[in-house]
Amino acid sequence: MPMLTNRRKEMAVAASLVAPFVLTFVVVFLYPTIRLVQLSFTNAPLIGSGEWVGFDNFIRLLSDRLFLTSLKNNGYFVLLTVVPTTAVALGFALMIRRLRGALQALALAIFFLPYILPVSVVTQIWTWMLDFQFGVLQPVIEFFTGKPVSVFKNPYWVMPTVAAVTIWWTNGFNVLLFIAGLRNISKDYYEAAQLDGATRRQLFTKVTWPLLWPVTALVLTLQLILQLKIFDQVYLLSSGGPFNSSYVLLLMVYREAFQLNHGGYASTIALVLFIIIAMLSVLQFQLLRAGGRR
Amino acid sequence: MKSVKKIENWVLTAGTFLAAALWIFPLYWAFITSIRSEERVVSDGAGILPDEINLTSYVDILWNTNLINWYINSIGTAIIITITVILSGMMCAYAISQMRFPGRRILYGVVLASFMVPSQALIVTQFILINDMGLINTWAGIILPQLIVPVVIIVYKQFFDAVPKEMREAVVLDGGGDYTLLFKIYLPLNWGITTALAIITFIMAWNQFFWPFLAVTTEDMMTIPVGITQVKDAFGVFYARLMSVALLGAMPVAVAYLIFQKKVTEAVMISSGVKG
Repeated sequence: MPMLTNRRKEMAVAASLVAPFVLTFVVVFLYPTIRLVQLSFTNAPLIGSGEWVGFDNFIRLLSDRLFLTSLKNNGYFVLLTVVPTTAVALGFALMIRRLRGALQALALAIFFLPYILPVSVVTQIWTWMLDFQFGVLQPVIEFFTGKPVSVFKNPYWVMPTVAAVTIWWTNGFNVLLFIAGLRNISKDYYEAAQLDGATRRQLFTKVTWPLLWPVTALVLTLQLILQLKIFDQVYLLSSGGPFNSSYVLLLMVYREAFQLNHGGYASTIALVLFIIIAMLSVLQFQLLRAGGRR
Repeated sequence: MKSVKKIENWVLTAGTFLAAALWIFPLYWAFITSIRSEERVVSDGAGILPDEINLTSYVDILWNTNLINWYINSIGTAIIITITVILSGMMCAYAISQMRFPGRRILYGVVLASFMVPSQALIVTQFILINDMGLINTWAGIILPQLIVPVVIIVYKQFFDAVPKEMREAVVLDGGGDYTLLFKIYLPLNWGITTALAIITFIMAWNQFFWPFLAVTTEDMMTIPVGITQVKDAFGVFYARLMSVALLGAMPVAVAYLIFQKKVTEAVMISSGVKG
Protein backbone atom coordinates (compact mmCIF):
# COMPACT_ATOMS: atom_id res chain seq x y z
CA MET A 1 0.00 0.00 0.00
CA PRO A 2 2.67 2.63 0.82
CA MET A 3 4.33 1.84 -2.54
CA LEU A 4 1.10 2.72 -4.27
CA THR A 5 0.62 6.03 -2.49
CA ASN A 6 4.25 6.90 -3.17
CA ARG A 7 3.69 6.23 -6.83
CA ARG A 8 0.56 8.35 -6.78
CA LYS A 9 2.42 11.14 -5.03
CA GLU A 10 5.22 11.07 -7.58
CA MET A 11 2.62 11.29 -10.32
CA ALA A 12 1.06 14.36 -8.70
CA VAL A 13 4.49 16.00 -8.36
CA ALA A 14 5.30 15.26 -12.01
CA ALA A 15 1.96 16.69 -13.08
CA SER A 16 2.57 19.89 -11.12
CA LEU A 17 6.03 20.23 -12.70
CA VAL A 18 4.87 19.92 -16.28
CA ALA A 19 1.57 21.76 -15.79
CA PRO A 20 2.78 25.39 -16.36
CA PHE A 21 4.34 24.53 -19.71
CA VAL A 22 1.64 22.14 -20.83
CA LEU A 23 -1.23 24.51 -20.00
CA THR A 24 0.42 27.46 -21.78
CA PHE A 25 1.23 25.20 -24.70
CA VAL A 26 -2.35 24.01 -25.06
CA VAL A 27 -3.80 27.52 -24.85
CA VAL A 28 -1.43 29.58 -27.02
CA PHE A 29 -0.05 26.93 -29.36
CA LEU A 30 -2.13 23.78 -29.75
CA TYR A 31 -5.52 25.50 -29.75
CA PRO A 32 -4.47 28.15 -32.32
CA THR A 33 -3.03 25.37 -34.51
CA ILE A 34 -6.33 23.47 -34.48
CA ARG A 35 -8.25 26.71 -35.07
CA LEU A 36 -5.95 27.47 -38.01
CA VAL A 37 -6.81 24.21 -39.74
CA GLN A 38 -10.50 24.65 -39.00
CA LEU A 39 -10.61 28.31 -40.15
CA SER A 40 -8.87 27.50 -43.41
CA PHE A 41 -12.01 25.63 -44.50
CA THR A 42 -14.31 28.60 -43.80
CA ASN A 43 -15.00 32.07 -45.19
CA ALA A 44 -14.79 33.63 -41.72
CA PRO A 45 -13.79 37.27 -41.26
CA LEU A 46 -10.98 38.01 -38.76
CA ILE A 47 -13.38 38.49 -35.86
CA GLY A 48 -16.58 36.47 -35.96
CA SER A 49 -17.66 33.20 -37.48
CA GLY A 50 -18.07 32.11 -41.08
CA GLU A 51 -19.45 29.24 -43.07
CA TRP A 52 -17.82 25.96 -43.99
CA VAL A 53 -16.70 26.22 -47.61
CA GLY A 54 -14.82 22.94 -48.00
CA PHE A 55 -11.73 23.19 -50.15
CA ASP A 56 -12.79 26.45 -51.84
CA ASN A 57 -9.98 28.46 -50.25
CA PHE A 58 -7.36 25.98 -51.37
CA ILE A 59 -8.72 25.91 -54.91
CA ARG A 60 -8.80 29.70 -54.95
CA LEU A 61 -5.15 29.76 -53.83
CA LEU A 62 -4.04 27.83 -56.90
CA SER A 63 -5.40 30.49 -59.24
CA ASP A 64 -4.53 33.48 -57.04
CA ARG A 65 -1.82 35.37 -58.94
CA LEU A 66 -0.70 37.18 -55.80
CA PHE A 67 -0.20 33.86 -53.99
CA LEU A 68 1.92 32.50 -56.83
CA THR A 69 3.91 35.74 -56.93
CA SER A 70 4.46 35.54 -53.18
CA LEU A 71 5.53 31.93 -53.38
CA LYS A 72 7.97 32.79 -56.17
CA ASN A 73 9.33 35.78 -54.20
CA ASN A 74 9.83 33.59 -51.12
CA GLY A 75 11.83 31.22 -53.29
CA TYR A 76 13.82 34.07 -54.82
CA PHE A 77 14.60 35.47 -51.39
CA VAL A 78 15.80 32.05 -50.21
CA LEU A 79 18.13 31.89 -53.24
CA LEU A 80 19.44 35.38 -52.51
CA THR A 81 20.15 34.75 -48.83
CA VAL A 82 20.78 31.13 -47.85
CA VAL A 83 23.95 30.24 -49.74
CA PRO A 84 25.44 33.78 -49.75
CA THR A 85 25.02 34.23 -45.98
CA THR A 86 26.51 30.78 -45.34
CA ALA A 87 29.52 31.58 -47.53
CA VAL A 88 30.05 35.02 -45.96
CA ALA A 89 29.73 33.59 -42.45
CA LEU A 90 32.26 30.85 -43.17
CA GLY A 91 34.66 33.46 -44.55
CA PHE A 92 34.30 35.65 -41.46
CA ALA A 93 34.70 32.67 -39.13
CA LEU A 94 37.94 31.65 -40.86
CA MET A 95 39.18 35.24 -40.61
CA ILE A 96 38.30 35.53 -36.93
CA ARG A 97 39.94 32.21 -36.10
CA ARG A 98 43.30 33.54 -37.28
CA LEU A 99 43.20 36.38 -34.75
CA ARG A 100 44.21 36.05 -31.10
CA GLY A 101 43.01 37.39 -27.75
CA ALA A 102 41.43 40.83 -27.60
CA LEU A 103 41.55 41.32 -31.37
CA GLN A 104 39.57 38.13 -31.84
CA ALA A 105 36.96 39.22 -29.30
CA LEU A 106 36.70 42.62 -30.98
CA ALA A 107 36.27 41.17 -34.48
CA LEU A 108 33.68 38.70 -33.21
CA ALA A 109 31.76 41.48 -31.44
CA ILE A 110 31.71 43.59 -34.61
CA PHE A 111 30.37 40.77 -36.78
CA PHE A 112 27.84 39.63 -34.16
CA LEU A 113 26.50 43.00 -32.99
CA PRO A 114 23.92 43.55 -35.79
CA TYR A 115 22.24 40.24 -34.87
CA ILE A 116 21.07 41.54 -31.50
CA LEU A 117 19.51 44.72 -32.94
CA PRO A 118 15.72 44.96 -33.24
CA VAL A 119 14.64 44.63 -36.87
CA SER A 120 13.19 48.15 -36.99
CA VAL A 121 16.54 49.62 -35.92
CA VAL A 122 18.18 47.75 -38.78
CA THR A 123 15.64 48.86 -41.36
CA GLN A 124 15.75 52.50 -40.26
CA ILE A 125 19.53 52.63 -40.52
CA TRP A 126 19.51 51.05 -43.99
CA THR A 127 16.64 53.19 -45.21
CA TRP A 128 18.78 56.19 -44.30
CA MET A 129 21.97 54.79 -45.83
CA LEU A 130 20.12 54.05 -49.08
CA ASP A 131 18.02 57.23 -49.16
CA PHE A 132 17.59 58.28 -52.79
CA GLN A 133 18.71 61.87 -52.22
CA PHE A 134 21.01 61.84 -49.21
CA GLY A 135 21.98 58.18 -48.68
CA VAL A 136 25.67 57.65 -48.02
CA LEU A 137 25.61 54.57 -50.29
CA GLN A 138 24.10 56.32 -53.31
CA PRO A 139 27.51 57.52 -54.59
CA VAL A 140 28.62 53.87 -54.50
CA ILE A 141 25.55 52.80 -56.48
CA GLU A 142 26.08 55.71 -58.85
CA PHE A 143 29.67 54.60 -59.40
CA PHE A 144 28.50 51.19 -60.63
CA THR A 145 25.30 52.08 -62.47
CA GLY A 146 25.88 55.66 -63.54
CA LYS A 147 22.89 57.01 -61.61
CA PRO A 148 21.41 56.87 -58.12
CA VAL A 149 18.71 54.22 -57.62
CA SER A 150 15.70 54.37 -55.36
CA VAL A 151 16.35 50.78 -54.34
CA PHE A 152 13.15 50.03 -52.42
CA LYS A 153 10.99 51.45 -55.22
CA ASN A 154 12.70 49.53 -57.99
CA PRO A 155 11.38 46.04 -58.79
CA TYR A 156 14.83 44.72 -59.76
CA TRP A 157 16.74 46.13 -56.82
CA VAL A 158 14.26 45.61 -54.02
CA MET A 159 14.72 41.89 -53.25
CA PRO A 160 18.54 41.81 -53.57
CA THR A 161 18.73 44.88 -51.32
CA VAL A 162 16.40 43.39 -48.71
CA ALA A 163 18.53 40.23 -48.91
CA ALA A 164 21.75 42.22 -48.36
CA VAL A 165 20.24 44.00 -45.35
CA THR A 166 19.06 40.64 -43.98
CA ILE A 167 22.52 39.14 -44.38
CA TRP A 168 24.07 42.11 -42.56
CA TRP A 169 21.53 41.72 -39.77
CA THR A 170 21.50 37.95 -39.18
CA ASN A 171 24.94 36.81 -40.32
CA GLY A 172 26.53 37.01 -36.86
CA PHE A 173 24.53 34.00 -35.71
CA ASN A 174 26.01 31.86 -38.51
CA VAL A 175 29.52 33.16 -37.80
CA LEU A 176 29.17 31.90 -34.23
CA LEU A 177 28.05 28.45 -35.37
CA PHE A 178 31.01 28.19 -37.73
CA ILE A 179 33.43 29.31 -35.02
CA ALA A 180 32.06 26.62 -32.70
CA GLY A 181 32.44 24.09 -35.52
CA LEU A 182 36.02 25.16 -36.23
CA ARG A 183 36.91 24.87 -32.52
CA ASN A 184 35.66 21.30 -32.53
CA ILE A 185 38.15 20.27 -35.23
CA SER A 186 41.17 18.80 -33.49
CA LYS A 187 44.51 20.60 -34.08
CA ASP A 188 46.13 17.19 -34.72
CA TYR A 189 44.60 17.03 -38.20
CA TYR A 190 46.20 20.34 -39.16
CA GLU A 191 49.56 19.40 -37.69
CA ALA A 192 49.57 16.06 -39.49
CA ALA A 193 48.62 17.74 -42.78
CA GLN A 194 51.28 20.40 -42.34
CA LEU A 195 53.91 17.76 -41.68
CA ASP A 196 52.93 16.26 -45.02
CA GLY A 197 53.59 19.69 -46.58
CA ALA A 198 49.96 20.66 -47.25
CA THR A 199 49.37 24.17 -48.60
CA ARG A 200 46.88 26.61 -47.11
CA ARG A 201 44.40 25.74 -49.83
CA GLN A 202 44.83 22.02 -49.26
CA LEU A 203 44.34 22.48 -45.53
CA PHE A 204 40.98 24.04 -46.28
CA THR A 205 39.74 21.63 -48.95
CA LYS A 206 41.08 18.42 -47.36
CA VAL A 207 40.69 19.13 -43.63
CA THR A 208 38.49 22.10 -42.74
CA TRP A 209 35.74 21.75 -45.34
CA PRO A 210 34.94 18.02 -44.91
CA LEU A 211 35.17 18.12 -41.11
CA LEU A 212 33.06 21.27 -40.96
CA TRP A 213 30.35 19.91 -43.27
CA PRO A 214 27.87 18.95 -40.46
CA VAL A 215 27.91 22.56 -39.25
CA THR A 216 27.64 23.88 -42.80
CA ALA A 217 24.62 21.65 -43.37
CA LEU A 218 23.09 22.89 -40.11
CA VAL A 219 23.58 26.54 -41.08
CA LEU A 220 22.15 25.97 -44.56
CA THR A 221 19.00 24.25 -43.31
CA LEU A 222 18.45 26.68 -40.41
CA GLN A 223 18.77 29.58 -42.85
CA LEU A 224 16.43 27.95 -45.36
CA ILE A 225 13.70 27.69 -42.75
CA LEU A 226 14.39 31.13 -41.26
CA GLN A 227 14.40 32.97 -44.58
CA LEU A 228 11.13 31.35 -45.70
CA LYS A 229 9.49 33.10 -42.75
CA ILE A 230 10.51 36.56 -43.89
CA PHE A 231 8.07 39.32 -43.00
CA ASP A 232 9.53 42.09 -40.82
CA GLN A 233 12.20 43.42 -43.19
CA VAL A 234 9.97 43.39 -46.26
CA TYR A 235 7.12 45.05 -44.40
CA LEU A 236 9.34 47.78 -42.98
CA LEU A 237 11.54 48.41 -46.04
CA SER A 238 9.23 48.07 -49.03
CA SER A 239 5.77 46.93 -47.82
CA GLY A 240 5.79 44.30 -50.55
CA GLY A 241 6.20 46.77 -53.40
CA PRO A 242 6.81 48.01 -55.95
CA PHE A 243 4.21 46.17 -58.07
CA ASN A 244 4.22 43.29 -55.56
CA SER A 245 7.84 42.52 -56.46
CA SER A 246 8.68 41.93 -52.79
CA TYR A 247 5.34 40.44 -51.75
CA VAL A 248 5.91 37.31 -49.65
CA LEU A 249 3.64 34.69 -48.06
CA LEU A 250 3.58 36.06 -44.51
CA LEU A 251 2.90 39.56 -45.83
CA MET A 252 -0.05 38.10 -47.71
CA VAL A 253 -1.30 36.40 -44.52
CA TYR A 254 -1.01 39.75 -42.73
CA ARG A 255 -2.83 41.73 -45.46
CA GLU A 256 -5.61 39.20 -45.92
CA ALA A 257 -6.25 38.86 -42.18
CA PHE A 258 -5.67 42.31 -40.76
CA GLN A 259 -6.36 44.68 -43.64
CA LEU A 260 -8.88 42.83 -45.83
CA ASN A 261 -10.59 41.02 -42.94
CA HIS A 262 -10.42 37.60 -44.61
CA GLY A 263 -9.66 35.40 -41.60
CA GLY A 264 -10.50 32.15 -43.40
CA TYR A 265 -8.45 32.80 -46.53
CA ALA A 266 -5.52 34.15 -44.49
CA SER A 267 -5.58 30.93 -42.44
CA THR A 268 -5.39 28.87 -45.62
CA ILE A 269 -2.24 30.70 -46.74
CA ALA A 270 -0.75 30.42 -43.25
CA LEU A 271 -1.53 26.70 -43.21
CA VAL A 272 0.28 26.18 -46.52
CA LEU A 273 3.33 28.03 -45.16
CA PHE A 274 3.05 26.02 -41.94
CA ILE A 275 3.10 22.74 -43.88
CA ILE A 276 6.00 23.76 -46.13
CA ILE A 277 8.14 24.74 -43.14
CA ALA A 278 7.14 21.74 -41.03
CA MET A 279 8.12 19.39 -43.87
CA LEU A 280 11.46 21.13 -44.35
CA SER A 281 12.08 20.94 -40.59
CA VAL A 282 11.43 17.21 -40.51
CA LEU A 283 13.77 16.83 -43.46
CA GLN A 284 16.40 18.88 -41.63
CA PHE A 285 15.98 16.78 -38.50
CA GLN A 286 16.48 13.56 -40.46
CA LEU A 287 19.47 15.03 -42.27
CA LEU A 288 21.15 16.10 -39.03
CA ARG A 289 20.49 12.72 -37.44
CA ALA A 290 22.01 11.00 -40.45
CA GLY A 291 24.94 13.43 -40.23
CA GLY A 292 25.38 12.75 -36.53
CA ARG A 293 25.57 8.99 -37.07
CA ARG A 294 28.22 9.29 -39.72
CA MET B 1 58.86 30.75 -49.25
CA LYS B 2 58.75 32.14 -45.76
CA SER B 3 58.30 35.74 -46.96
CA VAL B 4 55.44 34.74 -49.30
CA LYS B 5 53.63 33.27 -46.33
CA LYS B 6 54.26 36.45 -44.34
CA ILE B 7 52.77 38.63 -47.07
CA GLU B 8 49.81 36.26 -47.31
CA ASN B 9 49.24 36.56 -43.58
CA TRP B 10 49.48 40.31 -43.74
CA VAL B 11 46.97 40.49 -46.60
CA LEU B 12 44.54 38.23 -44.73
CA THR B 13 44.74 40.34 -41.57
CA ALA B 14 44.25 43.54 -43.55
CA GLY B 15 41.26 41.94 -45.28
CA THR B 16 39.78 41.02 -41.92
CA PHE B 17 40.01 44.58 -40.67
CA LEU B 18 38.56 45.95 -43.89
CA ALA B 19 35.60 43.54 -43.64
CA ALA B 20 35.09 44.45 -39.97
CA ALA B 21 35.21 48.18 -40.81
CA LEU B 22 32.60 47.74 -43.55
CA TRP B 23 30.43 45.66 -41.23
CA ILE B 24 30.42 48.22 -38.43
CA PHE B 25 30.01 51.17 -40.80
CA PRO B 26 26.15 51.29 -40.75
CA LEU B 27 26.22 51.65 -36.94
CA TYR B 28 29.00 54.23 -37.11
CA TRP B 29 27.08 56.19 -39.73
CA ALA B 30 23.86 56.03 -37.69
CA PHE B 31 25.77 57.44 -34.71
CA ILE B 32 27.43 60.24 -36.70
CA THR B 33 24.06 61.19 -38.20
CA SER B 34 22.38 61.19 -34.79
CA ILE B 35 24.80 63.79 -33.37
CA ARG B 36 24.36 66.21 -36.26
CA SER B 37 21.67 68.81 -36.75
CA GLU B 38 18.94 67.95 -39.27
CA GLU B 39 20.24 70.70 -41.59
CA ARG B 40 23.78 69.38 -41.43
CA VAL B 41 22.65 65.80 -42.14
CA VAL B 42 21.24 66.69 -45.55
CA SER B 43 23.79 69.37 -46.49
CA ASP B 44 26.37 68.76 -49.23
CA GLY B 45 29.33 69.34 -46.95
CA ALA B 46 28.48 66.52 -44.55
CA GLY B 47 31.36 64.07 -44.85
CA ILE B 48 31.80 60.70 -43.25
CA LEU B 49 33.97 62.04 -40.43
CA PRO B 50 32.39 63.40 -37.26
CA ASP B 51 32.32 67.20 -37.36
CA GLU B 52 29.83 68.35 -34.75
CA ILE B 53 28.23 67.22 -31.53
CA ASN B 54 24.63 68.28 -31.60
CA LEU B 55 22.32 66.46 -29.20
CA THR B 56 19.13 68.26 -30.25
CA SER B 57 17.58 65.19 -31.81
CA TYR B 58 18.20 63.05 -28.71
CA VAL B 59 16.60 65.69 -26.48
CA ASP B 60 13.72 66.00 -28.93
CA ILE B 61 13.14 62.22 -28.96
CA LEU B 62 13.19 61.97 -25.18
CA TRP B 63 10.77 64.89 -24.78
CA ASN B 64 8.38 64.37 -27.66
CA THR B 65 7.89 60.63 -28.03
CA ASN B 66 6.66 57.80 -25.82
CA LEU B 67 10.17 56.34 -25.68
CA ILE B 68 10.15 56.01 -21.89
CA ASN B 69 6.86 54.08 -22.07
CA TRP B 70 8.29 51.83 -24.78
CA TYR B 71 11.33 51.11 -22.61
CA ILE B 72 9.13 50.21 -19.66
CA ASN B 73 6.92 47.96 -21.80
CA SER B 74 9.90 46.25 -23.42
CA ILE B 75 11.78 45.72 -20.16
CA GLY B 76 8.66 44.59 -18.27
CA THR B 77 7.41 42.12 -20.87
CA ALA B 78 10.88 40.76 -21.68
CA ILE B 79 11.65 40.13 -17.99
CA ILE B 80 8.32 38.38 -17.36
CA ILE B 81 8.76 36.27 -20.52
CA THR B 82 12.32 35.32 -19.53
CA ILE B 83 11.45 34.28 -15.98
CA THR B 84 8.34 32.34 -17.03
CA VAL B 85 10.02 30.58 -19.94
CA ILE B 86 13.07 29.57 -17.89
CA LEU B 87 11.11 28.44 -14.83
CA SER B 88 8.39 26.50 -16.68
CA GLY B 89 10.93 25.05 -19.11
CA MET B 90 13.25 23.94 -16.31
CA MET B 91 10.43 22.29 -14.35
CA CYS B 92 9.08 20.49 -17.39
CA ALA B 93 12.56 19.37 -18.46
CA TYR B 94 13.28 18.04 -14.96
CA ALA B 95 10.12 15.93 -14.97
CA ILE B 96 10.88 14.58 -18.46
CA SER B 97 14.50 13.87 -17.57
CA GLN B 98 14.26 12.49 -14.00
CA MET B 99 10.75 11.17 -13.38
CA ARG B 100 8.64 8.32 -14.68
CA PHE B 101 5.06 9.15 -15.55
CA PRO B 102 2.66 8.11 -18.29
CA GLY B 103 2.87 10.33 -21.37
CA ARG B 104 6.47 11.33 -20.71
CA ARG B 105 7.71 10.23 -24.13
CA ILE B 106 4.73 11.78 -25.89
CA LEU B 107 5.30 15.06 -24.07
CA TYR B 108 8.93 15.19 -25.16
CA GLY B 109 7.88 14.29 -28.70
CA VAL B 110 5.45 17.21 -28.67
CA VAL B 111 8.20 19.54 -27.43
CA LEU B 112 10.52 18.39 -30.25
CA ALA B 113 7.73 18.72 -32.80
CA SER B 114 6.75 22.22 -31.67
CA PHE B 115 10.39 23.21 -32.15
CA MET B 116 9.80 22.65 -35.87
CA VAL B 117 6.55 24.57 -36.12
CA PRO B 118 6.77 28.15 -37.36
CA SER B 119 4.96 30.28 -34.76
CA GLN B 120 4.58 33.05 -37.35
CA ALA B 121 2.05 30.84 -39.15
CA LEU B 122 -0.15 31.01 -36.04
CA ILE B 123 -0.46 34.81 -35.86
CA VAL B 124 -3.99 34.92 -37.22
CA THR B 125 -5.48 32.45 -34.76
CA GLN B 126 -3.33 33.69 -31.88
CA PHE B 127 -4.63 37.18 -32.56
CA ILE B 128 -8.22 35.92 -32.52
CA LEU B 129 -7.52 34.12 -29.22
CA ILE B 130 -5.88 37.12 -27.53
CA ASN B 131 -8.65 39.36 -28.83
CA ASP B 132 -11.34 37.00 -27.49
CA MET B 133 -9.59 37.08 -24.12
CA GLY B 134 -9.74 40.89 -24.23
CA LEU B 135 -5.96 41.16 -23.98
CA ILE B 136 -5.17 43.38 -26.98
CA ASN B 137 -3.13 46.38 -25.78
CA THR B 138 -2.09 44.69 -22.54
CA TRP B 139 1.21 43.25 -21.32
CA ALA B 140 -0.48 39.84 -20.93
CA GLY B 141 -1.45 39.98 -24.61
CA ILE B 142 2.12 40.78 -25.66
CA ILE B 143 3.55 38.09 -23.38
CA LEU B 144 1.32 35.03 -23.77
CA PRO B 145 2.19 33.82 -27.31
CA GLN B 146 5.89 34.33 -26.58
CA LEU B 147 5.94 31.83 -23.71
CA ILE B 148 6.52 28.76 -25.85
CA VAL B 149 10.29 28.35 -26.34
CA PRO B 150 10.78 24.59 -26.77
CA VAL B 151 14.55 24.85 -27.15
CA VAL B 152 14.82 25.75 -23.45
CA ILE B 153 13.29 22.39 -22.50
CA ILE B 154 15.44 20.50 -25.00
CA VAL B 155 18.68 22.07 -23.69
CA TYR B 156 17.73 21.65 -20.00
CA LYS B 157 16.82 18.01 -20.57
CA GLN B 158 20.23 17.29 -22.06
CA PHE B 159 21.98 18.93 -19.11
CA PHE B 160 19.75 17.25 -16.50
CA ASP B 161 20.31 13.86 -18.17
CA ALA B 162 24.05 14.34 -17.67
CA VAL B 163 23.84 14.96 -13.90
CA PRO B 164 25.25 11.84 -12.10
CA LYS B 165 22.55 9.86 -10.29
CA GLU B 166 24.65 9.71 -7.09
CA MET B 167 23.99 13.42 -6.60
CA ARG B 168 20.36 12.58 -5.83
CA GLU B 169 21.00 10.16 -3.00
CA ALA B 170 21.87 12.57 -0.18
CA VAL B 171 18.70 14.57 -0.76
CA VAL B 172 16.52 11.50 -1.13
CA LEU B 173 17.92 10.00 2.12
CA ASP B 174 17.03 13.26 3.90
CA GLY B 175 13.48 12.74 2.70
CA GLY B 176 13.66 15.51 0.10
CA GLY B 177 11.24 15.36 -2.81
CA ASP B 178 11.62 16.28 -6.45
CA TYR B 179 11.16 20.03 -5.89
CA THR B 180 14.03 19.96 -3.40
CA LEU B 181 16.14 17.98 -5.87
CA LEU B 182 15.41 20.43 -8.67
CA PHE B 183 16.09 23.62 -6.75
CA LYS B 184 18.87 22.36 -4.44
CA ILE B 185 20.81 20.10 -6.83
CA TYR B 186 19.86 20.35 -10.50
CA LEU B 187 19.45 24.13 -10.72
CA PRO B 188 22.65 25.07 -8.81
CA LEU B 189 24.64 22.57 -10.89
CA ASN B 190 23.36 24.26 -14.04
CA TRP B 191 23.57 27.96 -13.23
CA GLY B 192 25.84 28.50 -16.23
CA ILE B 193 23.36 27.15 -18.73
CA THR B 194 20.50 28.88 -16.91
CA THR B 195 22.04 32.35 -17.27
CA ALA B 196 22.97 31.61 -20.89
CA LEU B 197 19.39 30.55 -21.72
CA ALA B 198 17.97 33.52 -19.80
CA ILE B 199 20.12 36.01 -21.70
CA ILE B 200 19.18 34.63 -25.08
CA THR B 201 15.48 34.41 -24.19
CA PHE B 202 15.58 38.03 -23.02
CA ILE B 203 17.25 39.24 -26.23
CA MET B 204 14.74 37.31 -28.36
CA ALA B 205 11.80 38.75 -26.43
CA TRP B 206 13.24 42.28 -26.51
CA ASN B 207 13.68 42.13 -30.29
CA GLN B 208 10.33 40.54 -31.10
CA PHE B 209 8.58 42.67 -33.72
CA PHE B 210 5.77 40.84 -35.52
CA TRP B 211 3.63 39.75 -32.58
CA PRO B 212 3.82 42.95 -30.46
CA PHE B 213 3.13 44.88 -33.67
CA LEU B 214 -0.17 43.01 -34.00
CA ALA B 215 -1.09 42.84 -30.33
CA VAL B 216 -0.75 46.57 -29.63
CA THR B 217 -2.56 49.42 -31.33
CA THR B 218 -2.09 52.31 -28.90
CA GLU B 219 1.24 54.09 -28.87
CA ASP B 220 1.73 54.10 -25.10
CA MET B 221 1.53 50.28 -24.94
CA MET B 222 4.10 49.62 -27.68
CA THR B 223 7.45 47.96 -27.16
CA ILE B 224 10.72 49.48 -28.42
CA PRO B 225 10.91 47.67 -31.79
CA VAL B 226 7.34 48.63 -32.66
CA GLY B 227 7.43 52.11 -31.12
CA ILE B 228 10.44 53.38 -32.99
CA THR B 229 8.68 52.79 -36.31
CA GLN B 230 6.12 55.39 -35.18
CA VAL B 231 8.74 58.14 -35.00
CA LYS B 232 8.90 58.31 -38.79
CA ASP B 233 5.17 58.91 -38.97
CA ALA B 234 5.33 61.57 -36.27
CA PHE B 235 8.27 63.59 -37.55
CA GLY B 236 8.29 62.85 -41.26
CA VAL B 237 11.72 62.21 -42.69
CA PHE B 238 14.13 63.70 -40.21
CA TYR B 239 17.08 61.39 -40.27
CA ALA B 240 19.02 62.69 -37.26
CA ARG B 241 15.95 61.99 -35.11
CA LEU B 242 15.33 58.61 -36.76
CA MET B 243 18.93 57.57 -36.05
CA SER B 244 18.77 58.86 -32.47
CA VAL B 245 15.68 56.85 -31.67
CA ALA B 246 17.08 53.77 -33.43
CA LEU B 247 20.28 53.94 -31.37
CA LEU B 248 18.41 54.63 -28.13
CA GLY B 249 16.21 51.61 -28.86
CA ALA B 250 19.18 49.37 -29.61
CA MET B 251 21.28 50.56 -26.67
CA PRO B 252 20.12 48.37 -23.73
CA VAL B 253 20.58 45.05 -25.50
CA ALA B 254 23.76 46.17 -27.25
CA VAL B 255 25.29 47.18 -23.90
CA ALA B 256 24.11 43.93 -22.32
CA TYR B 257 25.74 42.03 -25.17
CA LEU B 258 29.05 43.83 -24.81
CA ILE B 259 29.07 43.07 -21.05
CA PHE B 260 27.99 39.42 -21.36
CA GLN B 261 29.69 38.70 -24.70
CA LYS B 262 31.08 35.31 -23.63
CA LYS B 263 27.74 34.16 -22.20
CA VAL B 264 25.80 35.21 -25.29
CA THR B 265 28.27 33.40 -27.54
CA GLU B 266 27.96 30.28 -25.41
CA ALA B 267 24.15 30.51 -25.34
CA VAL B 268 23.87 30.74 -29.12
CA MET B 269 26.18 27.78 -29.58
CA ILE B 270 24.41 25.59 -27.00
CA SER B 271 20.86 26.39 -28.11
CA SER B 272 21.66 25.55 -31.72
CA GLY B 273 23.22 22.24 -30.76
CA VAL B 274 26.76 22.73 -32.07
CA LYS B 275 28.14 22.62 -28.55
CA GLY B 276 26.61 20.77 -25.63
